[in-house]
Amino acid sequence: MADIDRRAWRNDAVGKVTGQTKYTDDLKFVNMLHAAPVYADFVHARLIAVHTDAAERAAGVVRVLTARDVPGSNRVGQIVADFRVFADDKIRYHGDVVALVVARTRDEAIRAAGLVRVDAEPLPAVLDPDDALRDGSPLVHEAHGTNVVNTHRVRRGDVEEGLRRSDLVVEEHFETQFVEHAYMEPEVAVCRMRHDGVMEVYGSMQHPFSTRRFVSALLGMPLSRVEVIGTPMGGGFGGKDDTAAIVCARAALAAKVTGVPVKLMYRRDWSIRESYKRHPYRVSYTMGLTRDGVINAVRCRILADSGAYCSVTPWVTWRSTVQCCGPYVVPNVHCDTIAVYTNNVVTGAMRGFGSPQMNFVVDSMIEIAADRLSLPALDIRRKNMVKQGSVTITGQELDDHSVAMRQVLDSVVKEFDYEAKLTHCTHGKGDDEEQYGVGLAMSYRGVSLGAEGVDFCAAMINVQADGSVLVETGVHENGQGAESAMVLLAAKELGIRRERIHYRRSSTSVIPDSGTTVASRGTIMGGGAVTIAARDLRRRMADVAALMLQCSPEDIDFREERLTVEGNRKSVTFDETVAEMFRRQQFPHAFGVFQAPAVTWDEEHGQGKAYFTWVYGCQAVELTVNRKSGKVRLLNAIAAHDVGRAVNRDMIEGQFFGGMAMGIGYALHEELVLDGGRIVNANLNSYRIPRSMDIPEMRAIIVENPDPNSPSGAKSIGEPTNELMAPAVANAIFNATGVRHYRLPIRPGGTSAHAPASTSVGG
Amino acid sequence: MTITVNGTEHPVSERQRTKRLIEFLREDLDLTGVKNACDVGACGACTLLVDEQPLRICTKQVQDVAGHRVLTIEGLKGIDGGLHPLQQAFIDAGAIQCGFCTPGMVLTAHAFLLHNPRPSRAEIRRAIYSNLCRCTGYQQIVDAIEAAAVFYGTVPRTLSHQS
Repeated sequence: MADIDRRAWRNDAVGKVTGQTKYTDDLKFVNMLHAAPVYADFVHARLIAVHTDAAERAAGVVRVLTARDVPGSNRVGQIVADFRVFADDKIRYHGDVVALVVARTRDEAIRAAGLVRVDAEPLPAVLDPDDALRDGSPLVHEAHGTNVVNTHRVRRGDVEEGLRRSDLVVEEHFETQFVEHAYMEPEVAVCRMRHDGVMEVYGSMQHPFSTRRFVSALLGMPLSRVEVIGTPMGGGFGGKDDTAAIVCARAALAAKVTGVPVKLMYRRDWSIRESYKRHPYRVSYTMGLTRDGVINAVRCRILADSGAYCSVTPWVTWRSTVQCCGPYVVPNVHCDTIAVYTNNVVTGAMRGFGSPQMNFVVDSMIEIAADRLSLPALDIRRKNMVKQGSVTITGQELDDHSVAMRQVLDSVVKEFDYEAKLTHCTHGKGDDEEQYGVGLAMSYRGVSLGAEGVDFCAAMINVQADGSVLVETGVHENGQGAESAMVLLAAKELGIRRERIHYRRSSTSVIPDSGTTVASRGTIMGGGAVTIAARDLRRRMADVAALMLQCSPEDIDFREERLTVEGNRKSVTFDETVAEMFRRQQFPHAFGVFQAPAVTWDEEHGQGKAYFTWVYGCQAVELTVNRKSGKVRLLNAIAAHDVGRAVNRDMIEGQFFGGMAMGIGYALHEELVLDGGRIVNANLNSYRIPRSMDIPEMRAIIVENPDPNSPSGAKSIGEPTNELMAPAVANAIFNATGVRHYRLPIRPGGTSAHAPASTSVGG
Repeated sequence: MTITVNGTEHPVSERQRTKRLIEFLREDLDLTGVKNACDVGACGACTLLVDEQPLRICTKQVQDVAGHRVLTIEGLKGIDGGLHPLQQAFIDAGAIQCGFCTPGMVLTAHAFLLHNPRPSRAEIRRAIYSNLCRCTGYQQIVDAIEAAAVFYGTVPRTLSHQS
């Protein structure tokens, strides 16, 4: 339809570009109070007392809340309810909150927060994930009996035999860092107790339903009495799940206790101190290959630092486990994954969700092996990569969708002129000051949650009497353009202009719990539900139009704002049909549910159909490394991803570029540095995310193979774009310098903005 | 003492002089397009134009800009009062995602293009170096600014914004 337009479109662009969009911090209510969190300078300590009297007497202070003031459950979590909204028994990391000051102004709240005094007995801290596993290690959660959060495994074939039959066995160790999401908008919540007994919550969070659960649990109120209202959000990247929901829950408690609206707006240093990060991994990886480059076996051990709480660590590490061999077919695999509690900052969901770490490892290993076998890495990739009908390392046959691994790889190789560029790589030889390299990486990725969780989503389409249309889904707009994709899908199915459709930002009191907007599930799950709802609505409308046109409902086609009989081309307009439906007392309204196709998982052997479908991606980068300074200059980058069906091309390209840039930050710039459990670089002047000049010109190749497992044919794009730049950069730097890097971020000159992370144990 | 914001002169009381400028704009004038994101002048979300020069204001007080002309995103308009061509270019290029950096980014680009109507892409990247964006990877933002430059080269600058 009219959506084929050279200009980009999104439903919220005008509001954003004119500064009119109201984010949570832009909301104001009469008599609104302001809150500020109180931290204590401990990393691990037994909490004895929180003295709030001095703060309560301070100017402007209305209340100071602690765990004692919680009417419901102070402990929340999506998997294990171990996250303390307010520290109660212990302080487990430097970001634990001991109290919340509520005052007339934010400045008064912040001033008074400094007057809260904490009595605590310091405990020996566990700051190194390997130490956390040793006998006699301090326990982060004594009642849990161990520091092990979870384990996962894959058992396939016979790894010992596979390695024995290999001509080359490569064994390496890799380490990755803590990474901050650095969404531009810090956490913020505004809550008010309504006169109808409902706690109304506005917040910067990407999981309204989890937020509702946390608020409901903390306040001891039923879910029906908590309404979380979707509010424009300044970025999430997986980072506005647990912590953001807890921030909302604290503000809700303050609003309930004081009886007036309360805003809790986070300062950046609080945000970085308290919010969860990407997991640092330690990975020991052994790969056995024949001299022809066929991978015989992989043995790997993954150790993940979960920090002080569980968050979604079991799900993150599960994806790492399922995808521990990258997009390669390996007949013999033995993978053990362990996640541990430490007193470091908590870790959880971040764009990629356990894949960026493993893709860095696997696609580095492929090129290490190629170098030692003196074979072109591309040959090893092509020989071992998944193809139509391949069986994955968990025993899943890839036969019910297009396996586009070769297609995306070939696209990048051709469009980047990759093989010609390879011949110019310097490999540390010669004496040019700027060493030149090009590098590539590829992945497949299970779509949506997989066997991680319950996976279904709802949508409603409600046509009004004048023919205008309201669409609403359980998917949250994080900034990625989810709403626009939903509108375009509805417009396409109904054959109407997108201008007719208004996306109604959903409230948890209207749309059923559709889970979280993470795991790149927005378009496939929300879009699936919209498509199913639209098809149901078409059936209802076609029934009425058939009476008007005296034809069979099956013969009616929806296009160009009309319902047309195929064959005789008689038609009625969309508006006329809607009017007729109201005359006949039938609502042009439909509710759609997309239930993800079934998946299976055998935890004991790590085998099963892990995901109902997969996406395929490949990225390459061209760079120079200065021989003296080690400075890396990126020249160009390219990506090809199979998105199933492209719904909104410019927004998809935006996901490509944003994901690649974040991947470049992961590869070269970003590291949250902890010293004795305390974050050293807790603001954007010391934690360095990529700036405009750090990022090269990028190209996006959108590959489309509509997926039969998806009602709309569309799959996902948010996360796959973020998981490939680190290995591509590592491989390019090797091709430039001849030096292999095993640790992120890569700093070729050895020059580091900060001291390496401390591994000392202390209180 | 007065402060001129988007062409309107506002009296500044004694009490308001030492108020943080960002709070004065967001709370007293309800101009919420300017964003609080780092409080240390590192991210550029609080960028405004003061006498047509970009300024990160999160560490500034009201009195720091007294007597100067301040332009916020709310004051940037096209000749017909609708979208400014630069704003339209941001939309058309797909340069907007979460939108939190957008007001500061647009104002920085506006000041740059007023003085550099024929920039290279490298010059555009240098111009927006102080404005962080976590969503877009900057690619479509550079596209937008490059596309909008055509307008700055053809239209008298006095018509390009209200101030």
